[in-house]
Formats: sequence, C-alpha cells, structure tokens
Amino acid sequence: MSTTEHPTVHSQQPAQSQQVTLPLTVPGGRHHAEPDATQPVTTVHTGPTPAAAAPRPLKPEVRRDTRSIRRTDVVAMIGALVASVALTGVLFDQIAPFSGVVGFIAIAYPLFLALYALLVSLEEDALIVRDKLVSAVVHSAALLVFAALVWIIAYPVIKGWRVIWLSNFWTQDMADAGTLDPLELGGILHAAVGTLEQISIALIITVPLGLTTAVFLNETRGAFTRLVRTIVEAMTALPSIVAGLFIYASLILLLGFERSGFAAGCAISIMMLPIMIRAADVVLRLVPSSLKEASLALGSGQLRTAWHVVLPTARSGLTTSVLLATARGVGETSPVLIAAGFTPYLNLNPFVDPQVSLPLATFQMVSSSEETMRIRAFGAATVLLLLVFVLFGLARIIGGRGAGQLSAGQSRRRDRQSVRDRERYIAAKRAPANPLTDELLNPRPAFRSTPKPQQGVSS
Amino acid sequence: MTQLIDVPDPVGHATPDAPRRRVSLPGGIDRVFRGVLRGAGFTVLGLMATVGVFLLIRGLDAFSVAGFSFFTTQTWQPDSRNFGIAAVLVGTLLIASVALVVAFPLALGMALFISEYAPRWLKRFLTSAIDLMAAVPSVVYGLFGSTLLQWRGTDIPRWLSIQFGWIPFLSVPQADPDNPLSPETVYATSTFWAGLVVGFMIMPFICSVMRESFTQAPQGEREGAYALGSTRWGMIRSVVLPFGRSGMIGGTMLGLGRALGETIAVALIISPIFVIQPHILGAGANSVSALIAQQWGAASPFGLGALMAAGLALFMLTLVVNFAASAVIARSRSGQGSDA
Repeated sequence: MSTTEHPTVHSQQPAQSQQVTLPLTVPGGRHHAEPDATQPVTTVHTGPTPAAAAPRPLKPEVRRDTRSIRRTDVVAMIGALVASVALTGVLFDQIAPFSGVVGFIAIAYPLFLALYALLVSLEEDALIVRDKLVSAVVHSAALLVFAALVWIIAYPVIKGWRVIWLSNFWTQDMADAGTLDPLELGGILHAAVGTLEQISIALIITVPLGLTTAVFLNETRGAFTRLVRTIVEAMTALPSIVAGLFIYASLILLLGFERSGFAAGCAISIMMLPIMIRAADVVLRLVPSSLKEASLALGSGQLRTAWHVVLPTARSGLTTSVLLATARGVGETSPVLIAAGFTPYLNLNPFVDPQVSLPLATFQMVSSSEETMRIRAFGAATVLLLLVFVLFGLARIIGGRGAGQLSAGQSRRRDRQSVRDRERYIAAKRAPANPLTDELLNPRPAFRSTPKPQQGVSS
Repeated sequence: MTQLIDVPDPVGHATPDAPRRRVSLPGGIDRVFRGVLRGAGFTVLGLMATVGVFLLIRGLDAFSVAGFSFFTTQTWQPDSRNFGIAAVLVGTLLIASVALVVAFPLALGMALFISEYAPRWLKRFLTSAIDLMAAVPSVVYGLFGSTLLQWRGTDIPRWLSIQFGWIPFLSVPQADPDNPLSPETVYATSTFWAGLVVGFMIMPFICSVMRESFTQAPQGEREGAYALGSTRWGMIRSVVLPFGRSGMIGGTMLGLGRALGETIAVALIISPIFVIQPHILGAGANSVSALIAQQWGAASPFGLGALMAAGLALFMLTLVVNFAASAVIARSRSGQGSDA
C-alpha cells in the first residue's frame, strides 16, 4: 500500500504519513479535513495501531470519500495548464522561431504534459505519475475527437445557414440558375427528390432481402450459412465506388438499363445490404433462445416462431439496423456518380435519364470556383446532414431498448391482453359443456384457431 | 392456465421414458420458409460474389492490352494505350497509411476514454456521438477538408516539413521556407491532407471495434488488478489492452480497408497527378478511387474498361484486408468467455 494506491478508494495511511512529512499541503490538499478523532473509525483495517481492532465506538461513521478526483489533482491540472500556456507565450515571442496556432499547440501540449508530471511527482511516486499522464493523454484525445466532430458538423451548417432559409432553395432546380446567378435563383429540389427516390428504391430492395438474409443466418446452421456470413462481413467495407462500377457493368452494360436513378438505387442497395445484414444479424442473435424454445415447445413451426416470436421481439433493433443502413446509404456519393450521372434538371422519373442526389450535387457544386455555387453546396450538405441526423435520432430513440424490452404502451397492451386471456380460460373452465372448452383443452386446434396470444406478442 | 395442464395426458400412458420422435417434423410451410431463407442467402452471396466477376469481365480488355505493365506504368492515358496504376496504387497506400497514423492513436484514446474513464452518462453520449461520426456522409468530410482545413491549416505541413524535412518523405522540394512570400499552395491538396481527413473518417469505425473489445475485458480480472494495488493505467496495461489486442488489430485493419476505398473526400481534396509522389506534404496526390471518380465522366469505352480494371485491383486489395480483419476480430470474439 505504500507504493501503489488504488485510484478510487484512498486509504488513510498515505494521508497520515503525508500529514507528517508535508504538513503544509494538508489543510487544503487532502479531502479529509476532519479532526483526527474520526480516524480510528475509518482506518480499522489500515490503521497502524492494532488496538483499533477493539469493539468499535458507536459514533456515526464518516462517509469515506471515494471519488477518484481530488482537489490536488484539479489544482495540479490547472496549474500545469496555465504554466504551459504562459511558458509557451514567452518561448513564442522571445526564443523559438515558430509561428501560428499549430506551433503554439505543438509546444504548449508537451510542455503541459511535462509540467503536469512535475507537479504530480512532487507528491506522488512514479507509478502514479505515469497513471496521471496516461489519463491526461487519453482525456485530451477524447476531447480532440469530440471537438473535431463538432467542428466538422458545424462548419457546413454555418456556411450554408443563409441559403437554406431561402424558399427558392427548396422549390427550384438548377435549370435556370447559372454559376454566376445569385442565391435567390435556383435550388436543390432536383437533388432532394433524387435522394428520396433513390433511397426508396434501395430500401425496397434491401429491407426484404437484408432482413430475410439476417433471419437466414440465425435460423439455419451449416457450412453454407457460415460462408454467407463470412462474405457479408467482408463486404461491409466494400468501397462504394466499386459498388457503383459493379452496377454499371451488370445493370447498364449487360442488361441494357440506362444511367438513371434506379441504377443508382441498386448501387446504393449493394452498399447497404452488408451493413444492414450485419446489424440485423447481431440484433437477432440477442433474442433469448428461451423464447424460441418456448414457441417450438408449444408446437409451432419454424416459420411461426420466426414470424410471431423472433421478429417482434427484435423489432426495435431491426428498425435501428434499417435506419442506420439508410443513414449510410443516403450519404453515398460515388455510386450515384457512376450509375446515375449528373444533371441540373429536376427528373421525377427514376427509370430514365440521369438523376442527381444531394451528396452528388454537393460534390459537383463545391468543385465550382464561384462563391455562390459553393454556398449552395454547403446548403445541400446541411440538408443532407439534417436528413442523416433525423434518421440517426430515430434509430437511437427506437433502438434504445434491447431485444424483448417493451415500451410503456406495449407492456400495458400486453397486460390487458393477458387479463383477457385469463378471463377467457376461466370462463371456459366454468362451463364444461361449452364446445369452446373442448377446443381449448385440445392444444393443437386451439393454437391454430386463436391467433390472440400471438397478437399479444406482436403488438 | 394450471387447469389446462391438469388434463390427462393423451400421450403419456404408453411408454413415457422411451425416446420419442418429434411430434411435428419440419414440413409443409416450414419447408417453404427454409427455401425462402436459403434463397435470400443465395441471392446475397451471388450478388457479392459476382462483383469481382463483372469487374473482371469488363476490365479484361484493358488487362490484355496493358499486360503486366498495368502494375508498373504511372501515367493514365488509356486512349493512347499507355496506362497503369502504379502511381495511384502507391498514392492509395500512402493516403491510407497517413489515415491510420492519424486514426489509430485517436481511436485508441477515445475507446479507452469511453470504456475506462468516462462516467456512465458520458459513455452513452459519446458512444452515440462516435456512431454519428461514422454516419456523417463522406462528402461532408470532403467539404471540410477541401475548403477549410487545407487552406487554414497550412501551418501544420510547413512546420512538419521545416522541422522534420531531413526525413525524405516529409520534405517539400517545391517549398522555400526562407521566402516569406512563397505560395502556400505547395502545402495544400497533398497526401497529408487527404490522409488526415480520411483518418478522421475511419476513426469512428476503429474506435467502435476497440471499444467493444475493451468493454468485454472481464470484470473479475480488472478488480483483481486493482486489488493487487494497480493504478488505473496499470490495470489497463495488464488487463484491458492484452484482452482487447485482437480487437485493436482487427478494428485497425477494418479501418484500413475503408481508408483504401474512400473516394469522394479524397477526390475533393487532392489535385491529381500521375507520378509516384513520395513527398506526402507536397501538393499533388492520387488514389485509385479518386482516379475512377474523376475520369469517369470523360472516359471512352476503352477508358471505362481500364477504370474497371483499376476498380478490380482496388476491390482485391480491400477484400484481402477485410477478410484478414474479420478473421482477427472473429478470433477475439471467441475469447470473450474467458471470465471464469
């Protein structure tokens, strides 16, 4: 205990020894500013006096502070931060030949780590210094990542904020607007329509196929299932441009379709399939096998079990997998670029002529050298981000519960159903001459002819 | 319900302990159901397996014209039959390596923070945030990198090239650090910026695999480490990291596969060149997917075939990486029951 210290529970012994060696740091430093009278109570195990093992005095025990952050830590952290900034300021102006924000951070951060280590080492041993250093590095990495995320998302929104409030941005395509026209002319209607149509086509293909395949992976066993699972897992990171090339080579060159929104939807569905299958596979695996076994034991077959037990139990997770795959599919640019081509016109028919989507429109517009076009690109990106946010938020809200956990409304409905079932059974028992009873007492026809309990599961 | 069970068993009066046949054999509708399931499996397998076949068929023309020089030629002029993927392939690998150098430490730090340091509410919030980061479209990353980062952040490559210019690939030959008026464009549109942005794109994927494997580290061993007097870092080093090692490797390779295939962000940031560019901080870079995206609109039928061939090469590369990654991750999953 003298060399290492548990990070969450601070024993009393180091505090006492510190009280002896470093009396100046005690009053503000350690969290135990209590008088010594309470100490035998809390240091029964670690205290140096064996007399403490005697029957405890019946004083109210003082709650031990088990927080892992103490005031000294905070003070050392802030001190190191201020010192490093100040030192870097001096270095920057007077000594070092650096310039710019990056140079400042590049010097200040190592300085901060060094100063922090120095401050901690005044009180603690090397082991703890290393622990604190790693903790500081991990925290700063997390902070950096979070800041980058906020920045990346906020940047297009800030740049495109002005244009998304113009009504023409939502109601016009780019047919009349040239690169030099002001923002009050032209919009992204064509791209928004294209995105919605293409993602709908992709969903029509992927949802039945993807969910059925996920059920297939869970309901059957064998070498073939393993093969499909391996292939699907490897395809999760299929480059999106390769999916576009594949659709171009098969659908357009071989089968004679033209470059259109439909081809783009197919390419997007090639992208989305592995993502959806994998997510749904994980969710279906979480369905308790006791539920499946109960259903099978009641005499229902595999289809009934899958349709009435497995799928309803995993419904929220399956919805989440569909929504997350949709969020990924909506943002794909390169399959649309390959399979649908670019057009500035509104094209409502997804089966003929090129059709543009929001990410592709963004890609094309930002490549322009005109500032207004670039602002339109940011507006389109903002709309795209908004769409992704909505899908993602829905997925979080729906998928927040695990398999088989019910929302309040669902469990209320199920309770009512259960009460009704009970009353029905009791009524059947009371009237033995009733022909209904024979049906109820004979399990197989009863199960086939009364879908009520199954509705209870699925609603 | 209990009354129902009290009913005399119609089956049990014969020989109750003998092994019985299953009452309902899978038949009828269930057989159809299995057929449908298997059909879906076949369809998905067929779709995924024919991706390579179709690319090969379309790219065969280009392969037969170029021969082995397809892998050694740097220029891309398919209409004069002089083309190859040497430059773009090297560019792809360089961008992916920069991306990994950026993404790995950040993903490791974030995954450790989420699984070991963050309080519970922050854990859930950050997990959602990382998932959201994975769902942000690549064109948004591209916008960020191409219009903001590489023009505002010129300090980073300049500082790196001045301080570490003695490392060959970090030097920028076109730049003149002593000339204060030297154009800053020599530091933009480079491999470095493309790799940096791609690194931020793949970071969430690596991070979530790492986090999964870290959180699976057995609680008993963690507490054992603490009980032996370990600090938190000591616990992480001796329990969490060894336990999550294959998750770390697998997640990184998954991120590598994604970085190799990233198209739009790279295409937005770089200015394409067709020589092998070893100076990652200097202007000009290229990658296979960016080549396809940029040449697609203006390509002749033979040029399309050549692009298909390039796509096939990229596909093979990512496939190898992804298979290896899934194998490594699958091995890590099998070890999750080690908590006795």
